[in-house]
Amino acid sequence: MNGILYGNNRKAAGLIIGIILALIIMALSVVLGYTNTSFKQAIEAYTAFNGSNEHLIIQLSRVPRSLVGMAVGISLGIAGVLMQALTRNPIASPDIFGINAGAGFFIVFSVTFLGISSIQQFMWIGFLGAAVAAGLAYALGSAGKGGLTPVKLTLAGAVMAALFASLTQGMLVTNEKALDEVLFWLAGSVEGRKLSMLTAVIPALAFAWIVSVLLSRQLNAFALGEDVAVSLGQKTVIFKLAAALMVILLAGGSVAIAGPISFIGIVVPHFARFLVGNDHRWIVPYSALIGGIMLVLADIGARYIIMPEEAPVGVVTALIGTPFFIYIVRKGIFQK
Amino acid sequence: MRKYWVLQRKSFSYLIDKKTTLAIMVLSIASIAAMLISIGVGDMYIAPWDVFTALIGTGLDINELIITEFRLPRVLVAFIAGASLALSGAILQGVIRNPLASPDMIGITGGAGFAAVGFLTMFSDDSNNLLLSINYLPIFAFAGATVVAFLIYALAWKNGVTPIRLILIGIGLMALFQALTTLMMLIGPIYRASQATVWLTGTVYGTSWKEVKAMLPWFLGMLPILILLVRRLNIQGFGDDLAMGAGIAVHRERFMLLMACTALAGSAVAFAGAIGFVGLIGPHIARRITGSSFGGLFPASALIGGIMVVLADLAGRTVFSPLEVPAGVFTAAIGAPYFIYLLFKNQ
Repeated sequence: MNGILYGNNRKAAGLIIGIILALIIMALSVVLGYTNTSFKQAIEAYTAFNGSNEHLIIQLSRVPRSLVGMAVGISLGIAGVLMQALTRNPIASPDIFGINAGAGFFIVFSVTFLGISSIQQFMWIGFLGAAVAAGLAYALGSAGKGGLTPVKLTLAGAVMAALFASLTQGMLVTNEKALDEVLFWLAGSVEGRKLSMLTAVIPALAFAWIVSVLLSRQLNAFALGEDVAVSLGQKTVIFKLAAALMVILLAGGSVAIAGPISFIGIVVPHFARFLVGNDHRWIVPYSALIGGIMLVLADIGARYIIMPEEAPVGVVTALIGTPFFIYIVRKGIFQK
Repeated sequence: MRKYWVLQRKSFSYLIDKKTTLAIMVLSIASIAAMLISIGVGDMYIAPWDVFTALIGTGLDINELIITEFRLPRVLVAFIAGASLALSGAILQGVIRNPLASPDMIGITGGAGFAAVGFLTMFSDDSNNLLLSINYLPIFAFAGATVVAFLIYALAWKNGVTPIRLILIGIGLMALFQALTTLMMLIGPIYRASQATVWLTGTVYGTSWKEVKAMLPWFLGMLPILILLVRRLNIQGFGDDLAMGAGIAVHRERFMLLMACTALAGSAVAFAGAIGFVGLIGPHIARRITGSSFGGLFPASALIGGIMVVLADLAGRTVFSPLEVPAGVFTAAIGAPYFIYLLFKNQ
């Protein structure tokens, strides 16, 4: 199965074009929005800061959210690839690990019973919840005879996700105030995030990006089936544990900063496969780029869709992503 | 002793597995017990035996009034909704051949949810009064589910519909409709948002005979169709090529199955809200008990789904009394531990 880009040269060229595109979109994301600003002002905000409204908005709001959007998009894209490879299920995504639901549950719980309401605190609670839920799903998936199998992992994750989601809904139904406070977070958004929130998690994310790229050869072997992977010399138990840990870091970090953004993780790997075929050494970087571009683009869209209010970016990723996704699925790269 | 009873006539043949039959009988008794208990428990406790006598018309008048007017319809709606959702999940998992498939996964409930939330926000004025009667909500929800089902099928069609394309398109549409639902909730007033949350969680609060009458035809109408589809679904499990070789019109059947799935899920969601989890887990639990042949799987799924929602509703009414917690919250609380236990035990 080949993608539409044949040959390593074209794939490499595509990657470079993607990087340029990502930079352009990030630049656009800095200047576009409710408050009109220009590229000149954006540069001056750092070279000749004069305390004007525009400069403040660029420094404190636009640049952070553009960087956060890119980092979260990259992470979710890679997490999706890892998850679909790990479970050998094309419809798996980080949410199926229970990560989003776990984070949501912990946050709603702390709003309801501990009276916490700042986004900064949401972040760490969310990370904790994501790790707990994913850890539980992983433990359940590897319990019993036979150790970790893709089907067990998939089902255990789905069960944990459903359990946490319904407990969250239970709390929200009985507590209208909490609903008001967390509704926006639950929809997923990169708005109002401080740069310090990104710097807090970026080491973990960057570490996971690098490890994932290193793992991509192993993903190819694993995709052939576990028996084949073992006979090729892969230590599959260690590989599965490492891949799962990366998913937890990537998706947990993302949900901690931006809330649950569900669309990217599940569809971006399909976009990437559409472009470059089945080789994970290309799928991983392509998914990273496509995820980042899509999320920043969606964030720009979020500023315009119900102006002057802002729509959550998770809503916009779905709105702009679904038509593309349907096109790709119809284009038919799945011969099963 | 043979494992099967053979039932064979000119136009149909069934193997009836003895162990499965036993399991289904046990489940049926459990369902009836669950319903009797659920009917009896409430502000005024009525013992199961009194419930039974009241139902056959020899009990106290006061019991009969409470039971037939208030509690029986609610329990029936809960049972039918649960059974429909679990059946719908069983069909879908068979069609898609993926253990993650469930009506919530491919956007059928998502479409219903969007239509319902849209109804709540679009038809309410500034002072939170609904401009249309709330009785129209189920119609909107059902229409939403049906429209999405057709959309999925139409978009997935390309010289036939393959399972993987069906579910991927479904996932795309689910994401889209979830996004639209969230957008609606953010645009609308918070009062409506909380009302919508209750509905999206799924509740059988305040149901009457009217709902029972509206749901029952869908459910009963589907049963004979399902019995006819059992054999074909079994063969589809072997893959498209083999099924075609066995003389199955794969694509036509797939369309019919998807429609059956929608009718069941749509009617359940319309009257009981988007009760999650049952469609996913009900069939899995059933499969562990009866094996994966659909002849036994369908009745077992339906009974398990029904029991789950009846018990969930019972828990929702009583655990945090006087507060009413929607049944949808408890379906997971009841189903998840049991499912995890099965995951441990088997394999």
